[in-house]
Amino acid sequence: MSQSSIIPLTEGLPGQRIRIHHMTLEGTMRRRLLDLGFVPGSEVKVLQRSPLGDPVAFRVIHTTIALRKEESSQIFGEIIGGEYHESTH
Amino acid sequence: MGSMNPSIPSKRNSLNALLDQAQTLSSNSIRDEIVSQIHQTGSTVCQDTVRYTDENKMMRSEKLDRILTSKVWGFPIMLALLGIVFWITIAGANVPSAMLADFFGWIEGYLTLAFHALHAPDWLHGVLVLGLYRGLSWVVSVMLPPMAIFFPVFALLENFGYLPRVAFNMDRLFKGAGGHGKQSLTMAMGFGCNAAAIMSTRIIESPRERMMAILTNNFVPCNGRWPTLILLSSLFMATGFAGGAQTLVTASVVMGMVLLGIVVTLAVSWALSKTALKGVPTHYTLELPPYRRPKLWDTILRASIDKSLFVLKRAVIIAAPAGVITWILANIDVGNLSVLEHVVAFLDPFAKALGMDGFILMAFILGLPANEIVLPILLMGYLSTGAMLEVDNLNELKQIFLDHGWTWLTALNMMLFSLLHYPCGTTLVNIYKETKSAKWTFLSFLIPTVIAIGVTFATTQIAHAMGWV
Amino acid sequence: MNPRTNPKHSQKNPFRIALAGNPNTGKSTLFNALTGLRQHTGNWPGKTVIHAEGSYQYDGDAYTVIDLPGTYSLYSNSADEEVARDCIIFEKPDVTVVVLDATAMERNMNLALQVLEMADRVVLCINLMDEAKKKGIYINEKSLSKKLGVPVVKTSARNRDGLDRLQKVIQEMAYGRTKTNPYRIRYSDELEEKISALEESVTSTFGDRLPARWVALRLLDGDQSLIDSLHQRIELHRKEVHNHGVDESLYPVEA
Repeated sequence: MSQSSIIPLTEGLPGQRIRIHHMTLEGTMRRRLLDLGFVPGSEVKVLQRSPLGDPVAFRVIHTTIALRKEESSQIFGEIIGGEYHESTH
Repeated sequence: MGSMNPSIPSKRNSLNALLDQAQTLSSNSIRDEIVSQIHQTGSTVCQDTVRYTDENKMMRSEKLDRILTSKVWGFPIMLALLGIVFWITIAGANVPSAMLADFFGWIEGYLTLAFHALHAPDWLHGVLVLGLYRGLSWVVSVMLPPMAIFFPVFALLENFGYLPRVAFNMDRLFKGAGGHGKQSLTMAMGFGCNAAAIMSTRIIESPRERMMAILTNNFVPCNGRWPTLILLSSLFMATGFAGGAQTLVTASVVMGMVLLGIVVTLAVSWALSKTALKGVPTHYTLELPPYRRPKLWDTILRASIDKSLFVLKRAVIIAAPAGVITWILANIDVGNLSVLEHVVAFLDPFAKALGMDGFILMAFILGLPANEIVLPILLMGYLSTGAMLEVDNLNELKQIFLDHGWTWLTALNMMLFSLLHYPCGTTLVNIYKETKSAKWTFLSFLIPTVIAIGVTFATTQIAHAMGWV
Repeated sequence: MNPRTNPKHSQKNPFRIALAGNPNTGKSTLFNALTGLRQHTGNWPGKTVIHAEGSYQYDGDAYTVIDLPGTYSLYSNSADEEVARDCIIFEKPDVTVVVLDATAMERNMNLALQVLEMADRVVLCINLMDEAKKKGIYINEKSLSKKLGVPVVKTSARNRDGLDRLQKVIQEMAYGRTKTNPYRIRYSDELEEKISALEESVTSTFGDRLPARWVALRLLDGDQSLIDSLHQRIELHRKEVHNHGVDESLYPVEA
C-alpha cells in the first residue's frame, strides 16, 4: 500500500491516521457524517474494530464515532501516518 | 403568534414565490460549501481559544476501550458485568426482602386484631387484609429491594458510559438480524421496564427497525418478572448449593435466561426482517463518549426517584385492585368449587402440556396488567384459604410448590413462559400509543405468546421423552 | 422596573429558556441541576420526540426551561433536529442556551455556529469543565465570547459549578440588558449574493419574525423539512385567524 494512495476507511488499520479526501455517500447520512466531522481535509484515526470485526471506531475532532462498514467503505482518504497496532488484549 | 400579519392568502402566494426564487438560485454544491465553511470557522475559533496540553490524557477512554471492547475481552467483560449486577441485586435483596416481609407480617397481626376489636365482618377483613394488604405487602417486599439495588447499579454503569460500548460490541449481531444498532440500547432499558423501553425506541429513526425493536423488546426480562426468575431459580435450580455458591448459581441461571432472551430477540428480529419487516438496515453512526466517573450519590438518588419509585408506584396501583379481585374470585363459590378453581380446572389440561398447571397459567392470565403480581396470585391460588400467602416465611415457599407436584421442570417452564410470554398491559398500551396500529399491537402480543407456548411445549415433551422427569 | 417588587415574569408568564446541544454534553444533567424535580415530559405536537420542560426561580423571576433533544446539527436530518430547529426559530425562546462539551469543542462548535445564525439571544454554556481540566484542556472563554459576540459561561453541571453565574447571565439577557452581536459566517461572494437576494423576499413574506438571513440560507440549501414547517405555520395561522372570527371574505383563499 503506497503512502499516497486513496483508500476507503474500511481498509485503514487500527492506529493509522487518514486524511479524508472525499465521500461517495449521499443524503442524510452524508450530512450526518459531515456534522460529525468527517469533512474532506480533516484527519481521522482508526481506533479499533468491535469484537466481531464490525463496526470500527474512529477518532475524529476529539470524539469517537463508530461506523459500520457500509458507511466507512464510502469514505475515502489517504494514510498520513500512525503506527499499526493490533488490539493487544 | 398574534403579531402575524392577517393577509394570509397573499402570504401563501409570496411564500410560493419565495420558494420558486430559492429553487432557481439553489445549486447542489451549496450544502458542501455551507458545511465546510462552518467547520472551518469552528476550527479557526477553537484554534485560538482552546488549548490541549496533554494528548495522552485525551486518549484515556480509547485505552480503556482497547480492553473493554477488544476481540478477546469484549464479550467476557460484558457478561461478567451483567452477572455482577445480577449478583449484587440478588445477594443484596435477600436480607431487606426478608426484613420487609417480617415487618409487614408483624403489622398484619395488629391489623387483624384491630378488625376483630371493631367486630368487622369476616368478608371485610378478607378483602382488605387478606386481599389488598397482603397483595401490597408482597409487591413491596419482593420488588422494592431488588429494584432499589438494580436501578442505581445499572444507572452507575450507564453514567460511566458503558452502554454505548455494549451497542458497539453487539452491533454486528443486530446487523446480521436486520436490526438497528441502537436496538441493544432499547433492550437495556427493557431490563428496567418494557413499557418505558417502548418509549425509548424513539431513538431509532427508521420505522421498520423501530417496529422490530418494539416487537422484540419483551424478550428482555423486566423488573416485574425478575422476582419470578430469581425466586424460582434459587428455589429449584440452585438446590444443593449453600450460601455464596447458591447466590452464584442463581445469578448464573438468571443470566442464562437473559442470554436466551437475547438469542430469541435476534432470531425473531431476523425472521421479521425476512418477512413482515423486509428491508435493508439503515445507515447509522454511534458515538462512544468518553468514560466519566459517575457522581455516586446523585446517580443513586435520581435512579431511585425516577425509576425505582416510579415502577413501584405503578405496581402498587395495579396490585391493589388485583389482590382484591383474586380474593373475591377465590371466595365466591359456584357449586362446590370457587370461581378460581373452575378456571384452574378448565386451564389445567392445556397447562399440563406446557409442563405447568392450571394455577400457573391462570396467574399469568390474571397477571396481564402487571407481571409483578403473577407470583402472588399463584401462591394465593395454591393456598386453600383463598388468600395470598402470609409473607413472613419465604423459605417455606418451596414446600407449597412441591405439595402441588412441582419439579425442576415446572419451575423451568414457568421461568421460560415468564421470559417469553406476552408483554404486560401497560406495555401493550404503550405499543398501541407508539405504533397507532391495532394490527402491530396484536402481533406484539401474538408473537411472544406463540413462542412461549412453543418453547415450553417442546421443553416438556423432550424432557418427558428423554425420561428426565 | 425592579423585578422583585413587580414580578413581571411570574409563574404565569415565565421567561422561556431553551437548552440546545450535542448528545453527551451533560445537557440533561444541566437541565436537572437547574430545575430539580420541577419537570414534566410529554410529546412534541405531532412528533415522536420527547418534550421535557422544567422550571426554576431566580432572583424573583420564574423561568421555564425547555430541554431540546440532543442533536449534532439543526439542518433537519431527523425529527429531533426539526423539533429543536422549530422551537428556536418559531417559538423564539427568550434565551437559547447552547450547551457545549468542553472536551470536544470543535465538534460542538458546529451546532453553536448554526444557532448563532438563527437567533440573537444566545448564551454559550461550556459544560463538563471538570472533565476538561482532568484532560488538560484550557479554554479562553473571554476570547471566545469576543469572537462569537455572545456571553460564554463555563459550568460543571454535575458539581453545580457555574450554575449561579449561568442563571445571572440568562437573567440579564432575558431582560434584554445584554447586547449581543452573534457571529455570522461569511460565505463565498457568490453565495452571499444569492443570500442577500433571497433575504429581501424572506423579509417581505415574514417580516422580522424569522431570521431572514438564516431562512434564505436554508432555502438555498433546499431544506424541504423547513419548507414544510413554513407552510404549516402559515396554514396554522390561517385557521387561527378564521377561528377568531376575522372576516375571511376580505382575504379570498387561493386554490
